[in-house]
Amino acid sequence: MIRTLLVTAAISIAATGVSAAQTIGFSQIGSESGWRAAETTLTRKEAEKRGIDLKFSDAQQRQENQISAIRSFIAQGVDAILLAPVVATGWDSVLEEAKEAEIPVVLLDRQVDSSDDLYLTAVGSDLVHEGEVAGQWLAENVGDQECRIVELQGTTGSSPAIDRAKGFRNAIEGKDNLEIVRSQTGDFTRTGGKEVMESFLQAENGGQDICALYAHNDDMAIGAIQAIKEAGLNPGEDIKIVSIDAVPDIFQAMAAGDANATVELTPNMAGPAFDALEAYMADGTMPEKFIQTESKLYTQSDDPQAEYEARKDLGY
Amino acid sequence: MSRFLARIAPQLVTLAAIVVLVTLFFPDFIQISFERGRFVGPIIDVLKRGAPVALLAIGMTLVIATRGIDLSVGTVMAITGAVGAWAIASGYGVVPALLLAMVAGLACGLWNGILVAIIGIQPIVATLILMTSGRGVAQLITEGRILTFNDPAFAFFGSGTLLGIPFPAVLWLLLAVAVTLLMRRTALGMLVEAIGINRAASALAGVNARVLLIAVYMASGLCAAFAGIVATADIRGADANNAGLWLELDAILAVVIGGNSLLGGRFSIAASVLGALIIQTIDTGILLAGFPSEYNLVIKAGLVLLILLLQSPNLAHTWRFLRDEAMRRREPEPELHTRKEIEP
Repeated sequence: MIRTLLVTAAISIAATGVSAAQTIGFSQIGSESGWRAAETTLTRKEAEKRGIDLKFSDAQQRQENQISAIRSFIAQGVDAILLAPVVATGWDSVLEEAKEAEIPVVLLDRQVDSSDDLYLTAVGSDLVHEGEVAGQWLAENVGDQECRIVELQGTTGSSPAIDRAKGFRNAIEGKDNLEIVRSQTGDFTRTGGKEVMESFLQAENGGQDICALYAHNDDMAIGAIQAIKEAGLNPGEDIKIVSIDAVPDIFQAMAAGDANATVELTPNMAGPAFDALEAYMADGTMPEKFIQTESKLYTQSDDPQAEYEARKDLGY
Repeated sequence: MSRFLARIAPQLVTLAAIVVLVTLFFPDFIQISFERGRFVGPIIDVLKRGAPVALLAIGMTLVIATRGIDLSVGTVMAITGAVGAWAIASGYGVVPALLLAMVAGLACGLWNGILVAIIGIQPIVATLILMTSGRGVAQLITEGRILTFNDPAFAFFGSGTLLGIPFPAVLWLLLAVAVTLLMRRTALGMLVEAIGINRAASALAGVNARVLLIAVYMASGLCAAFAGIVATADIRGADANNAGLWLELDAILAVVIGGNSLLGGRFSIAASVLGALIIQTIDTGILLAGFPSEYNLVIKAGLVLLILLLQSPNLAHTWRFLRDEAMRRREPEPELHTRKEIEP
């Protein structure tokens, strides 16, 4: 009884709110990584900037929590739903419920296996493209010089690891002076990056034979930088370092000259999502089914210290 | 001394065999050089990288000797690392940071010990509680981020050297010797074994099983605190999500490879530490050999299975039986001959 009362109350509040401002529900996976925390912070900021009333729900890594959050958003009659799905499958019925209630759903950062008429659009990064941007930077930076590259891969079998490896290879394909000589997983962690880099250094003549390091994420690169320093080499000069994600700490390393470049996986997925929703609600413009965020390259010449300052409070 | 060597002989032989195997794939494995005031080489890396599991294995050996198990040690590493990094980042200095991390480890051990010894929950369940919930505690301390610091004195515990040897290696070596002496030069080791063999009987014989059990879990927590300090100092940051992840399983594996029974009773810390070194030699060897990363776990699993099969008492029995059979079959005549002689 109390529950029905509460729901009715929620609906009436939401209904009165519509005229003044939009209400958008956001079902977030959880806060398992700094990047995810930054995504949440930026989504809140973007919503605030646009005067949107954001209803936030943290699913703590559980799909059932996300499904019940979406059902409660539907019951509250929100204007749209943002969903960062924890897994790819099992969304059909709840997405159909949203569709029947005529509430557009925008997927953030990850995809689902459901039919694409069940959601408005998906905003995300192209992981292969990220690897390509990193590879292109290295190819341009090295020029015609012989370069033996070592690669720190992400968790074996994970889609970022597979796609970022693929993109990098696409970019250096056909350039005979670039060669990946060693490739091993560092599990996306600092400890993993450091331990594997130590073995690379041992195996490649104390690091003398390594010209560049490509790490699938910044954390592994930061671990590797420490290993390179402890081996008596100068990271950033003796061994060039390019990685992906653009977390605050890598900008600090770039400011200190220890890292050379990073490709941003922007945590601002909500900005493009809100833009698409605004256009759709204004005149029914259907966005593309996949909105690709920019994979921006940052180097030491992009004022890394300022980038660090801008990012350090986003919750990374 | 000879009894001690006989006890750890299987582990020493295994370790030597694994080193030979890795050297076949990576010939420079046994090379050690002295550069910039420190020893450098794959073997030195094994001694240093093996530190967290070796430290955990010391505590785990004691817990397993009491017929218990401590699944929470990996999580305790994350908690103590987070406490240490937080203290350093808040400007408390190295000594208070170390003390706080150690106190946090002891407190985790006390919690486990009370659940097991006083409330009477089975060890696997009792420590599972902290294993699953403890990472949340660590994340609360680090606020979900990787808490970094840049204090050279604290970083020394991860990447510093003492007489050219990496400090983490010195730490586990000293701790293993100290705990072994404490256990074997006093009656403590025997009392721990007594609890593991029959807690009720040992209690009737006057052993204060309750206090001793709590002490053993606290020792395991303290070992985990040392491991957490090493891991945190190594990367100059506390990573609550990944520090010590799954290392409790490697620590248990080290104890098992060390020939200690999970059913409690007799134990050898030296053998457990050798077990940790065997695991680390396999890990480092795989990295150096340069196989694609998809093979890492398969190779490791295969080697561990082989080691455990070779150590299995049942298999040794079968092996001896088969060998005797084969020998009997090779020389059947004299036996038949004697039988014929007896018949008439």
